[in-house]
Amino acid sequence: MANVSLFLGCVIPNRYPGIEKSTKLCLDKLGVDCVDLKGASCCPAPGVLRSFDKATWLALAGRNIALSEELDRDLLTICNGCYGSLADANHEVKADEQLKKDVNTHLGKIGRSIKGSHDVRHITEFLYKEVGSEKIRDIITHPLELRVAVHYGCHLLKPSKGRIGSSVERPSFFDELVEATGAQSVEYPDKMECCGAGGGVRSALPDEALALTGHKLSMIESAGVDCIVNACPFCHMQLDVGQVDLNEKNGTSHNIPVLHYTQLLGLALGYSVEDLGIDLNAVVDLEFLEKILSDS
Amino acid sequence: MSIRNEPNVLSRMEKTGSDILKCMHCGVCSGSCPSGRHTSLNVRKLLKKARNDTAVLSDDSLWMCTTCYNCQERCPRGIDIVDAIFEIRTLAVHEGIIYPEHRMVGELLLEHGHAVPINEENRAKREALGLDPLPPTVHSFPEGLEEVKKLLASCKFDELMSEK
Ligand code: SF4
Ligand code: SF4
Repeated sequence: MANVSLFLGCVIPNRYPGIEKSTKLCLDKLGVDCVDLKGASCCPAPGVLRSFDKATWLALAGRNIALSEELDRDLLTICNGCYGSLADANHEVKADEQLKKDVNTHLGKIGRSIKGSHDVRHITEFLYKEVGSEKIRDIITHPLELRVAVHYGCHLLKPSKGRIGSSVERPSFFDELVEATGAQSVEYPDKMECCGAGGGVRSALPDEALALTGHKLSMIESAGVDCIVNACPFCHMQLDVGQVDLNEKNGTSHNIPVLHYTQLLGLALGYSVEDLGIDLNAVVDLEFLEKILSDS
Repeated sequence: MSIRNEPNVLSRMEKTGSDILKCMHCGVCSGSCPSGRHTSLNVRKLLKKARNDTAVLSDDSLWMCTTCYNCQERCPRGIDIVDAIFEIRTLAVHEGIIYPEHRMVGELLLEHGHAVPINEENRAKREALGLDPLPPTVHSFPEGLEEVKKLLASCKFDELMSEK
């Protein structure tokens, strides 16, 4: 199994620390050799900062990757946005010597350099390939009887060049990981559609973002599920806080708990809702929490 | 808004390999666009506009793209549509055409090294979970933050985000 350094990004440690905690608990149980990537910064965020200035985007991504290279480890992300930025930047630098030189001109000013010697991983891709859904199924102690709407999110799979190699139209590896916890991944219309947050839309045009979120939520609700499971804290925030915003704005009554995959896996490994910070979401559905507690 | 340097949007697209002249206007991109279902974004028209003039730089729909890559994955001509959108946005930002909210994201990055920095509420959440109140990122490593600031200055990102 590849040794990894854990890249936290911004949204997880600073808005949903439960995901950070859950990730550490799960990786520990799975025996993954993982250390904190100390002193890392914003990935930087692909939708806004890559739009603003590519050289800046590459320099900051390059520094984060260089920190992980210095530890001789692959860099592990738990966020689609971080994964999108860092995997794409790493891919571009590996493929283009001139670009690597340009990035290293900036990095040289802080005494670092990117070599292109390691890979950037995403927690779902890592767990699927390095641990495997069979092994996860074997070690879970509290199989979950939940109906789950799986939300892949965009930047986990796309752009497909230089990435995981999964189908972008009908992927299944994340559903398999979810089902390894005992839960059922329920089909719903427009499953592969965007949560609405990315590309700086949430930050500058919140109403437009919410229009996409509202559609996604209504499709999920039509399938009758206990919770949404995602692989990205930014989707997580949009689907969680977005429910509260939509309820205030449109008088809807969305009330679906939102879990990052590591939180779902944590439940199946016997950790409590409080251990995993699921109770710190904007939407807390007591019925769901009781179902979890009575099952475990 | 005035366009100071009269950048040639099309030539910039070509330089990045996003050859939007290959577009055959099939409309697959627009039909695949989740944002276009709910907003006024028509990505095919946006790219067409980019071929003609710099008015595209201040087109409102330019920032409605969530960068979901549906269009790019499905384009039968293999055009790197999102890369093209990034290029157009970059030209706009370098012309000073930027939403105040986006400028603020840039300012947060410049100050904290995080686009979403920690606050009191979340320090408390971290402590309740048994985590350190500050994560082991640049928030805990001032010398790391100094490195990030040096890099941002080296890329002139500070100048880009300052009000011109
Ligand atoms: S999908 Fe490609 S070829 Fe078709 S209209 Fe869009 S950019 Fe043009
Ligand atoms: S990447 Fe942007 S333009 Fe393309 S389909 Fe997604 S939202 Fe639409």
